[in-house]
Amino acid sequence: MKRRTFTSLVAGLGLAASMLSTTAVAQDNMRIALVVKALGIGFFEAAAEGANEAAGELGNVEIIYTGPTDTTAEGQIEVINSLIAQGVDAIAISANDPDALVPALKRAMDRGITVISWDSGVAEGGRQMHLNPSSTPLIGNTIIKLAADHMPDGGDVAILSATATATNQNAWIEAAKEVLPNYEGVNLVATVYGDDLSDKSYREAQGLMASYPNLKAIIAPTTVGILASCQAVTDAGKIGEINVTGLGLPSEMAGCVDSGATKSFAIWNPIDLGYSATMLAHALAKGAEAGPGAEIPMGRMGSVKLDDTNAAAMADPFTYDSSNIDQFKSIF
Amino acid sequence: MTTTSRMIPDRLQTPLERKLKSWESLLMLVAIGIFIINSFASPYFLNVWNLSDATFNFTEKAMIAFAMALLIISGEIDLSVAAIIALASTAMGAAVQLGVSTEGLVLIGLLVGLACGAFNGFLVTGLGLPSIVVTIGTMSLFRGISFIILGDQAYRGYPSDFAFFGQGYVWWVITFEFVLFAIIAVIYAIILHMTNFGRAVYAIGNNATAALFSGIRVGRVKFILFLLTGLMSGVAAICLTSRLGSTRPSIAVGWELEIVTMVVLGGVSILGGSGSIPGVVIAAFVMGLVTFGLGLLNVPGIVMSIVIGALLISVIALPRLWSMWRT
Repeated sequence: MKRRTFTSLVAGLGLAASMLSTTAVAQDNMRIALVVKALGIGFFEAAAEGANEAAGELGNVEIIYTGPTDTTAEGQIEVINSLIAQGVDAIAISANDPDALVPALKRAMDRGITVISWDSGVAEGGRQMHLNPSSTPLIGNTIIKLAADHMPDGGDVAILSATATATNQNAWIEAAKEVLPNYEGVNLVATVYGDDLSDKSYREAQGLMASYPNLKAIIAPTTVGILASCQAVTDAGKIGEINVTGLGLPSEMAGCVDSGATKSFAIWNPIDLGYSATMLAHALAKGAEAGPGAEIPMGRMGSVKLDDTNAAAMADPFTYDSSNIDQFKSIF
Repeated sequence: MTTTSRMIPDRLQTPLERKLKSWESLLMLVAIGIFIINSFASPYFLNVWNLSDATFNFTEKAMIAFAMALLIISGEIDLSVAAIIALASTAMGAAVQLGVSTEGLVLIGLLVGLACGAFNGFLVTGLGLPSIVVTIGTMSLFRGISFIILGDQAYRGYPSDFAFFGQGYVWWVITFEFVLFAIIAVIYAIILHMTNFGRAVYAIGNNATAALFSGIRVGRVKFILFLLTGLMSGVAAICLTSRLGSTRPSIAVGWELEIVTMVVLGGVSILGGSGSIPGVVIAAFVMGLVTFGLGLLNVPGIVMSIVIGALLISVIALPRLWSMWRT
């Protein structure tokens, strides 16, 4: 009931905005194109599912789910050209190249099409806003929380990262260290680097177990590291003693969750991402203004606030555990 | 006078009959058919701006396809063309960082294309290596250099007047690229069909040894053809880079096969010795119309590839089946 009133409120606002705006809004279906890096990738199929969910909620919205065969910028430009030709109302794109798509997307905007990017962004000039799946502080907090949730009495934790120069991972670890004081008793003893190589990550995990006998959790904010650590913990017979957590893919992590080596882990939820991107594209196409500081609603996901570069973060990474892993492992 | 002569044909078919039965006419029918189907299938197809946008689907590839057609007619092939685009584009991007002007960038693009073509040509004609092996190797080499220079980075910041080549309009809906495509088509048609050089290309493709003994400098002709293919790759690199406004080492990945497809669809024998430029022009339109028409219907890319493949096989197989059925 609550959701229903909220969507009707959004629809009402949208209607008011469209009546105020001078451009004529077509009375028939609004067509929103969800352009992905390439077709046939589970992650994006799941995003399309979310987009359709949003379309069902909004009503009178048609989703065009499309993308090239290979993950190339040229392929996406051909797709964009044909979408411009069809006169779609909005394009929500996960870009193969942040720069090469800018001229084509600019042309789309010149012809009155709303353009947003999601997941993998487009440079500022080529879109009205960008939706990040999550943000550095949210990810930093989540990876510590995942470990702390299963350590009621506190204890030693270690981080196994990708390369020492990886921009993403370093930012996340920095953010994690900042929130560490909020989690009483959680003690970060070491940060090691597995270079996103399975064998090196495996050896680093073994090293952590040997150096810190009281280790309670290994946090790996990389899909390679978390899998290798899980393997190392399993091989050492320390399932139940050491919890491996961090950022991983459900399809790869299903075995670790089943065996108990990993109690829970996180990654962005592609369904929510497709849903939110559609909601945002719809809101902007209906006349909402995208500018620094603007707050734009996105249905059941709440709303986002745009930063100085017109980018925003969707939500905390989504947590996967034994209760939902079976549902997601076939998706991505 | 009226009863003396019996009709003795001096040719098997009249010129008109030959024209009507030619490959180009068959392709033209296919192109017209696709055009009509597209106009009925999508309400957005018959719009001059949309058709103008659609030309970008084939103009750059077609520029290379003309040079490739000559090369294939002569019995050679160049699979490194897309990699030359990447290397030429990378060189232009690097020059931008040094503050080179638009004229300088164009010159660099053309020179890198020529240099790559000369390298291929030297390996094939100078050392006598098979072109398919050489250009598979240089395909990795040229693109590999781009990857070493750029890694996962991109060059951007091209001067604003550089954008004209890939995004500019000459008049109304006519893009600069389309005009360039038309001019290049005419130039190559003249070279192939009206000059001694063109006759030499056919002669080499039919029988290189006989051509050599007839006094044709086979090596030199082939070297020039590799130079031309490299040059056209440089031209395409300028257009594509200008259209994208940035350079990444993955630029134009997979184009070599699309270009060869265009050439073969245009009626050029993959074994060498026959083919025509008008055929390649029509094939370029056919491929552009098919991909654009299917794109308007939001047909997934993989289905498009299947359609192009089926089109290629059926257009090639039909005349063969037709003649088998007749005899």
